Amino acid sequence: MHPGARGPQSEMEIVNVLVLVSLAYVALLFVVAFAADRAALKGHARWLHSPLIYTLSLSIYCTAWTFYGAVGFAARSGLEFVTIYLGPTLVMIGWWWTLRKMVRVGRSQRITSIADLVSSRFGKSNALAVCVTLLAVIGTTPYIALQLQSVTLSYAAFAEASRPDGGQINEVTTSLWVAAGLAIFTILFGTRNLDANERHHGLVMAIALEAVVKLFALLAVGVFVVWGLGGGVNGTLARIDASALADFEVPGSRWVGLTLLSAAAFICLPRMFQVMVVENEHEGHLRTASWAFPAYLMLMSLFVVPIAAIGLDLLPAGANPDMFVLTLPLMAGQEGLAILSFLGGFSSATSMVIVAAIALSTMVSNHVVMPVWLWLTDDSAVMSGDVRQVALRARRLSIAVILFLGYLYFRLSGGGAALAAIGLISFVGVAQFLPALVGGLFWRGAIRRGALAGLGIGFAIWAYCLCLPSFGPSAILPQTVLENGAFGLTALRPQALFGVSSLDPVVHAFMWSVSFNTLVFIVVSLVSFPQPAERLQGAQFVNVFAHSTPTSRGWSAGMAQSEDLLIMTQRIMGAREAQALFSAAARDQGLIGNLPETTPDFLARLERALAGSVGAATAHAMISQIVGRAVVSVQDLMAVADETAQIMEYSNRLEAKTEEQERTARQLRQVNEKLTQISVQKDAFLSQISHELRTPMTSIRAFSDILREGGLSETELQKYATIIYDEAIRLTRLLDDLLDLSVLENAQIVLNLQHGRLDDVLDRAIAAAGVSNGGFTVKRDRASEQIDLYTDLDRLSQVFINVISNARKYCDVRDPHLRIDVVSDPEGELVVDFTDNGPGIPADKQATIFEKFARVSETKAGGAGLGLAICREIMTRLGGAIAYVPVTSGASFRVSIPPGEPVSVRAAQ
Amino acid sequence: MSTERAPLFVDRRAYYRRRMADAARLMPVLGIGLFMFPLFWIAPGTGVTEGAAAAQSPVRTVTVMVYLFLVWIGLAVASGVISRRLHPEPEAKEPLAPGGAGAAE
Repeated sequence: MHPGARGPQSEMEIVNVLVLVSLAYVALLFVVAFAADRAALKGHARWLHSPLIYTLSLSIYCTAWTFYGAVGFAARSGLEFVTIYLGPTLVMIGWWWTLRKMVRVGRSQRITSIADLVSSRFGKSNALAVCVTLLAVIGTTPYIALQLQSVTLSYAAFAEASRPDGGQINEVTTSLWVAAGLAIFTILFGTRNLDANERHHGLVMAIALEAVVKLFALLAVGVFVVWGLGGGVNGTLARIDASALADFEVPGSRWVGLTLLSAAAFICLPRMFQVMVVENEHEGHLRTASWAFPAYLMLMSLFVVPIAAIGLDLLPAGANPDMFVLTLPLMAGQEGLAILSFLGGFSSATSMVIVAAIALSTMVSNHVVMPVWLWLTDDSAVMSGDVRQVALRARRLSIAVILFLGYLYFRLSGGGAALAAIGLISFVGVAQFLPALVGGLFWRGAIRRGALAGLGIGFAIWAYCLCLPSFGPSAILPQTVLENGAFGLTALRPQALFGVSSLDPVVHAFMWSVSFNTLVFIVVSLVSFPQPAERLQGAQFVNVFAHSTPTSRGWSAGMAQSEDLLIMTQRIMGAREAQALFSAAARDQGLIGNLPETTPDFLARLERALAGSVGAATAHAMISQIVGRAVVSVQDLMAVADETAQIMEYSNRLEAKTEEQERTARQLRQVNEKLTQISVQKDAFLSQISHELRTPMTSIRAFSDILREGGLSETELQKYATIIYDEAIRLTRLLDDLLDLSVLENAQIVLNLQHGRLDDVLDRAIAAAGVSNGGFTVKRDRASEQIDLYTDLDRLSQVFINVISNARKYCDVRDPHLRIDVVSDPEGELVVDFTDNGPGIPADKQATIFEKFARVSETKAGGAGLGLAICREIMTRLGGAIAYVPVTSGASFRVSIPPGEPVSVRAAQ
Repeated sequence: MSTERAPLFVDRRAYYRRRMADAARLMPVLGIGLFMFPLFWIAPGTGVTEGAAAAQSPVRTVTVMVYLFLVWIGLAVASGVISRRLHPEPEAKEPLAPGGAGAAE
């Protein structure tokens, strides 16, 4: 390119020197980062916390794309490049509106990333966090590829300059080495303390240094170009006037559109959010940044147009304008300056990649990996020590994966112009966060569903109108779709949506995607109702200045037990780290031992330490629980409420179940008692039966034995045979009765219903009972007995016979008599009372006389004691009753006969 | 919060501070106006134009550049002055109207 006078040997040296200088520079960055981390750890080095460092760290906005690309941009379309810097300038000087609020919210809510901010605002919605994370990864990966490309290209530019015959620089190897080196640096300093919420002092320091290097490099190149090549200010201005860039002919839509776009991207880019909000040490730093950062941007763009114009003028027509910053000094033989320029571009690329990788890895590990891991391990590991290791590994792995993705994208896209366009495309992608972000900060009515829907549609339009067409015609979107729109609808042409064809594609996509995003976001928010967590978070965010103080809120000294805190911390951070932290704090407080006082300072420090492992909100909630202060996040409250609700529901169900079981147990007990009774009754019944059967059997056997031996007189023979006969009769009767009772009890009797009269039945019964002889009188009132009956007359008379013969048997007074009274009550029920003048039934026997084998006295064993039991069964079958009525003298049995047909008859018919 | 009513008038120091906050809020509006201003130089009458119309009245890039950088420096200086005057100390007294508008003046 510039055929120098030197030999090829010295030309070769430039490349080697370049490699050496790069390595030395990287080593310097490591040293600076390491020293800053050490200094921060020791607690001194106030300058680390200065607003100047903060301002310089914001300069990661100026990536290699702006370092090299701005000149290329200016060479192609003049002053238009400056819009990329005007947007951020407007945001910074308007810090009082937006940034102040964002930073305040970020500090008071302990936000770790832009995804965290959006999800926190909308009720800690993880779906939203995952969406934002994915979008951020999709939007940022090409950007990382762009940085790799610029480093590779700049390196190649050197190689080309030193070997005009064609460089042997292997782009693949170079970019791979750069990606790997960046991954190592980022993992070393970005995941050093694992705490996403704490400042990465070393890293920020390194970035600040890089900010100085790139500004200095660009200014140096600018000064050299203007005064060394352009012939002073006037000469340079004259050259610009003479160049192709002389006229200011920027389309208005692009001027306005790109300014707004860069302003939106400045707020929404994950890496900007990282340095602006997450790494913010003090809200007051914004005060300085509000003027210092616009000044920085102004200086960065000051020499862009002169370099472009002079590059166009001096360099051959085919030269890549993106490399003017490098090739102009090389052409002029200023190798030192060129190397400085290379370092500037290298700084821009590395600082961007590092911060972007950290921001993305935080998002990926916090919102994707950790939830999945916790879900897989079934929540049981939340309290165990491995959380720290897992979080650390997740973050490191994410960094490596993100950088590898960037490398892959670079390799697959093949670099070149397609990549250069990616910068603005990526801006439009992340600008989709803007409605949800700004809406969430300023409008309490903003709702999760609205944010999700808006993001979704904005993302879709961005992909359709800008991202997919950017891969070139027919790469992903078919050519026909590009020309005629999807489904052949011209209104859906990707680059002229709804017929808007006059706009530049980027501005076109930006306008449509953000407009639809905002519209959908607002409309869906208006028509839906937020969850409680969303409403509370909304109030906290929108009214953040009423709810918080400018400095980070501290812990008031509470009841916290150092020991409890230590136990909890050990579980999360691991025993050694926790003890080191606690004893260090104790030493700082001038105490011996490793249990510090729970001062607000110490609690704030501890919370920050824990936040890195378990997330800020959780850490705060955990300490709140132990300290006993009521600042617990809404989500915790909701979780507690959910848990309580579940427990209550469970206990309700348990109670219901218990009641049911108790009821069942009661029933079982009753059934059991009944069964036991029945079993006892059965046993008693069996023993009584065998007793009743044995008595006659014994006499029959004894007398038949005597008969068999022979040698008996006729009278004796007669006598014994009679006894045997009588006993056999008794036995038969007993068996008959038993059979009768069994039939009655099993309801197997067939009632023989007849019409008849009561006096006839009584006559028959008295005759059958055989009471007419033997001085036993029956007193009757025949007039009252003229009553018609319709019932089983035989059974009824059986009852009467039994009752009458009982009276005769037990009535052992001198003049026994039985009185039969018949009373017919108005309802037709017939009551027949049999009252004798005997001794009556003793009170203790009255309850059991109707039971089987119940006899009033053993001595008067006439029957087996089944008579009354049979009577009762018969009366029950007939629908009536028999009862013992205690009277003043004698015994009285009352037989009630129902009117009309007996119940069982009706049933039988 | 609502029980203690904010005073209707505040002392001179707080008054100035609030005017500075107003100025800080107006800064981006001013910035947008000034940054967009060069567009009005292109082809008077047609406003935002492209292509052929621009050729009729060429605006020199150098002019716009010098203008822009002067505005830029001016905005940075103004922003610096305003933020320096917005002292953080009295901030605790401020928060009555969180949205910013409608506070006691």
